[in-house]
Amino acid sequence: MARYIIRRLLWTVVTLVVITAVAYFLFRVLPSGDPVRARAGKAPTQERLDAIRASLGLDNPWYQQLGDFLWNAAHFDFGRSYISDAELRPLILDALGATTWLVVGAVIVWLSAAAIVGTISALRRGSLPDRVAMGGALVAISAPVYWLGLVALYLFASDIGQFKIFPGAGSYSSAGNVLDRAEAMILPWFVLAAAFSAVYARLLRSSLLESMQEDYIRTARAKGLSERRVIFKHATRSAITPLVTALGVDVGLLIGGNAILTESVFNIPGLGRLSYDAIQRGDVATIQATVLFLAFFVCISALIVDLLYALIDPRVKYE
Amino acid sequence: MTDSQDPITAPDGAPDATAAPAGAEAAPRADAPLLEVRDLRVGFDSEDGLVQAVGGISYTVEAGKTLGIVGESGSGKSVSTMTLMGLTRSSSTKIEGEVLFEGRDLLKTTTEDLRKVRGNEIAMIFQDPLSSLHPFYRIGAQIIEAVRAHNDVTKKQARARAVEMLGLVGIPDPGRRVDSYPHEFSGGMRQRVMIAMALANDPKLLIADEPTTALDVTVQKQILELMDRLQRELGTAIVIITHDLGVVAETADDIAVMYAGRIVERASVHDLFSHPRHPYTWGLLRSIPRLDLPRDVELVPVDGRPPSLIGLPDDCSFRARCPYAAGCCRPGMPDLLEADGAPGHDVRCTMPPERRATIWGVLADGGTPEAAAEKAGIPQPEEVA
Repeated sequence: MARYIIRRLLWTVVTLVVITAVAYFLFRVLPSGDPVRARAGKAPTQERLDAIRASLGLDNPWYQQLGDFLWNAAHFDFGRSYISDAELRPLILDALGATTWLVVGAVIVWLSAAAIVGTISALRRGSLPDRVAMGGALVAISAPVYWLGLVALYLFASDIGQFKIFPGAGSYSSAGNVLDRAEAMILPWFVLAAAFSAVYARLLRSSLLESMQEDYIRTARAKGLSERRVIFKHATRSAITPLVTALGVDVGLLIGGNAILTESVFNIPGLGRLSYDAIQRGDVATIQATVLFLAFFVCISALIVDLLYALIDPRVKYE
Repeated sequence: MTDSQDPITAPDGAPDATAAPAGAEAAPRADAPLLEVRDLRVGFDSEDGLVQAVGGISYTVEAGKTLGIVGESGSGKSVSTMTLMGLTRSSSTKIEGEVLFEGRDLLKTTTEDLRKVRGNEIAMIFQDPLSSLHPFYRIGAQIIEAVRAHNDVTKKQARARAVEMLGLVGIPDPGRRVDSYPHEFSGGMRQRVMIAMALANDPKLLIADEPTTALDVTVQKQILELMDRLQRELGTAIVIITHDLGVVAETADDIAVMYAGRIVERASVHDLFSHPRHPYTWGLLRSIPRLDLPRDVELVPVDGRPPSLIGLPDDCSFRARCPYAAGCCRPGMPDLLEADGAPGHDVRCTMPPERRATIWGVLADGGTPEAAAEKAGIPQPEEVA
């Protein structure tokens, strides 16, 4: 097991290097504008451009640039933003806090909502609650997260909402203590979790229905166990394995995709927003740093999920 | 096994009636059978109509004895025993009849009370021991769970019981193997684990549903011998369900042959194998290899397929497949009656005794059904598709 984890961590490093390199080439060949010109002001002289280029290290050959970036990143130094010249490390660490809040809360909402709805739907298959839940899930899956975010703000935000219940966009930046911050995150959590929990509620429902048909469920009943124990111990344990498998990929999807959109809609100063802004401005240095960070979290969450899988199913052996 | 017509009278106000446990309608008599099933009917609602999986069966099991229920897939043998345990209860299931276990009607028992019977007084083992054990839990944990579901004991005591049972069913090094997972055992060992789990609470009745079907032939024999030994040591009554007459030949005291949800023949093992009386039983016996016949005697499968269980006509369900139907069958469902003056041997067929003797005489010597029908003077229809 320890050997497996070490090997996976080494692979994570390889993955991160590859991803950084890909991001690097992607933004070098994209006609997103020359970062040197973006900093040089109006009608710069060639000498000025060259000076800026040299100060950013952009006159070095590409492999040296990439190598320098990776070397510095390994020392937790991401250089400076091409646009604002601000040091990226504190910028990213700040943003990291907000993103962690958003993602962890959303994953908790996501999984608990899916667990409750999926279980009730499976146990009361065909009933009114089941039909309503599965119909609602279809809507949640079909709704794009940015649209859902805007609708949530329109309905519930305390500034522009029809029902002024929850703090609206931008409230996270001004929130003081932990409670305020949590309150500011309520709408983003639910918006970000909606589609995922809908998918997982449906997944859990079908998985639970399937595992209730298994022979060992009949054995558990024949042993004289209570129905509650049969469902929550025997059926659920095997029903969640396919969900855990999917979870590794989906947490990455949530961090790398929908979290960026949610942060933009709700104006949350997180990693997603940082990279969104950087992409708009062609700030390659910031893009690279955020891509590296997001990729790191995706890799780690996938690793954690794989280890969880071995915990759930004893037939899975890593070595 | 007793005849279904045998009247079981309730104690007529005798002093022992006062000793009856609260809620029990009739106190078990000393000579009452352990299990008595009376006219059990089980139907499932489906989109195409009611599927009458069990169409009224009756049998008894005496304490410490073994009843074999034989039939092909879909004959209702599994459904009927699952129903005893309440495992078929649902809103779309129609269950009628009586299942008297020690005088108490299990069909009228609440699910919660029935839960206390399951795994405690009546235990069950199944066909595929791999899929019947939960793949994610250690076998020890699964046995401990069964023990603690019915006994107020500590985990440690339950674990000691689990180790004891594993030793009893012949698992080597049970103290260590108790912490293994099901996938770490071979098929035969898994079935031993299932048996250990089923017998952990000293049940009075063990229902074994095709217990050897998923196993190698050599392992089948070991499992049957194990069940036999445990029955002698523990005095457990066994209902063994199988499609394989060979399995029940060695283990059962009595045999009930089921076809299309009904018992068509019922007798002691000796009577059934020496003087089978129902054409379906003949078919089963002629379809398995025998060592006492010349090698070139062909096995004869039972032609055709079992009828649909939806809207079964009130008629002999085997008639369509019966090679001897012509000329002696009467319309209507034949009753399960004592056959030809042989006590304890019941058959659901109206064929005259002489004709039965003639046909079985030919079949027993390795003759074909056609030859038997000819000798009995039954006109053979043209080849039926």
